[in-house]
Amino acid sequence: MLLLLTPALVVIVALLVVPLAWLAWQSIRQDGGFTLANYQRVFTGTYLDTFLLTFKLSFIVTGVTVLLGYPVAYLAASVSSRWSALILGMVILPFWTSVLVRTYAWLVLLQRTGVFNKALLATGLIEQPLQLAYNPFGTIVAMVHILLPFMVLPLYSAMQKIPPNLSQAGASLGGSPFYVFTRVFLPLSLSGVMAGVTLVFVLCLGFYITPELMGGGKSIMVSMVVSRNVEIYNSWGAASAVSVALLVCVFAIFYAASRIVPLEKTLSAK
Amino acid sequence: MNKLSFGRICLIAGVALILAFLMLPVLIVVPLSFSDTRFLTFPPPGYSLRWYYAFFGNPTWLAAARTTLIASTSAALIATPIGVAAAYAIQHGTLSVMRYLRMVLMLPLMVPIIIVAVGVFFVFTKTGMVNTLPGLILADTMLGLPYVLISVGADLRTFDHTQEMVARSLGMNRVRSFLAVTLPQIRSSVISAAVFVFIQALDETVVALFISGGENQTLTRRMFVTLRDEIDPTIAAISTMLTALTLCLVLSVVVSRRSVAARA
Repeated sequence: MLLLLTPALVVIVALLVVPLAWLAWQSIRQDGGFTLANYQRVFTGTYLDTFLLTFKLSFIVTGVTVLLGYPVAYLAASVSSRWSALILGMVILPFWTSVLVRTYAWLVLLQRTGVFNKALLATGLIEQPLQLAYNPFGTIVAMVHILLPFMVLPLYSAMQKIPPNLSQAGASLGGSPFYVFTRVFLPLSLSGVMAGVTLVFVLCLGFYITPELMGGGKSIMVSMVVSRNVEIYNSWGAASAVSVALLVCVFAIFYAASRIVPLEKTLSAK
Repeated sequence: MNKLSFGRICLIAGVALILAFLMLPVLIVVPLSFSDTRFLTFPPPGYSLRWYYAFFGNPTWLAAARTTLIASTSAALIATPIGVAAAYAIQHGTLSVMRYLRMVLMLPLMVPIIIVAVGVFFVFTKTGMVNTLPGLILADTMLGLPYVLISVGADLRTFDHTQEMVARSLGMNRVRSFLAVTLPQIRSSVISAAVFVFIQALDETVVALFISGGENQTLTRRMFVTLRDEIDPTIAAISTMLTALTLCLVLSVVVSRRSVAARA
């Protein structure tokens, strides 16, 4: 049995486990000795700002995707299978479209001469085109769009398993719709919320393409710091310490979430 | 559920808006790709195939498309068999380490892609595989393995293993009994796994930014680099073709799954 596992293991160990171990080792080495200087940099100055900004953006994007994703999943789980297939199809179609393509589409939509600015100018609501792209706003809009399916799908799969007669029983016992929703449906759907939030938050933390293209070079995310240190400055020490710090955050989140929802369930939506 | 309360109408209206938000970018790129001007005005003043000609008339774009197609196909062809073997071993292995080994195989889904990219870049600089086609194929294979494990693993868990045992008790060896009895019955999940690996390799950008270049740069890498400088309408044409290709692949998987389910 181990023999069957070997080819797959060799690929993953050689291309992922070994370099991760090397990154960890590299982050505490300098001129042949032990150092914590790289980590000192992570927790001070611009690197700390980068981490804080990344967490802030990730919280915003995750929060917005929950708010937008929950009603979509709720409706999809409560209508006939024909309608729910249509709703899920409209969620999955963009899901299967390249991230690069979708970021490109948002650049087109949000740029100064883009569709939104033109529409707003035409209605007379604004007189000057708004700066919508190449800033944190554009990054958030595009990231919410890209990550929303990762929220809707786990939510839907959790809600689908909630027997509809539970809510009916609550209503027949005199609960108002709001009371039944908050006391019966919402608690039962929390495992889906947990899976979706974990997935979206972790994907946000490491997101690269959209912030790089949409951010306009002003809001630097952790992923961009890693990339720049390797590509431009060839500074592996700094890149590795930032990578290890990011990795620790991600694994801590996965571990905490796995105590509530099995990891397999969270990842299978990806 | 039957009567439409005010609350429910609000819910439906809200969801319709959110779905419109989801579909909007996909729906806007397609007409733009047929625009006859280089300014991305919407709706386009006129329609033409200008940007498709721009793509097919440019050797660099075509070379990038070729690299991407070769790498994606090869990755699907390599990752699928070794992933199926691994999923089988995990399902029927008796060793207690299997659970941990499974976690190791799922790592590409858990580690942020930028860190995967930096790690692979490091290994490839040491082994001289940066900017090579084999390197790209290997990286795409690694990234695709978890998808095979999830798709095929789920199917193997519900598959009645005694059928294979019967075949073996009748004298077939392990490999033949797997190929003759099990594989045909888990076929649809194997095919969709291969398609997932292909699509994921087609879409992969971050790792390719680090390890593909020169003659072997992928389509997405070139798109990314172009987008950093200007919003070139050729990219709308490429985006439309990529989306159409992905959509066809996904639909073919859905249809084949349905026909399998109908027969069962």
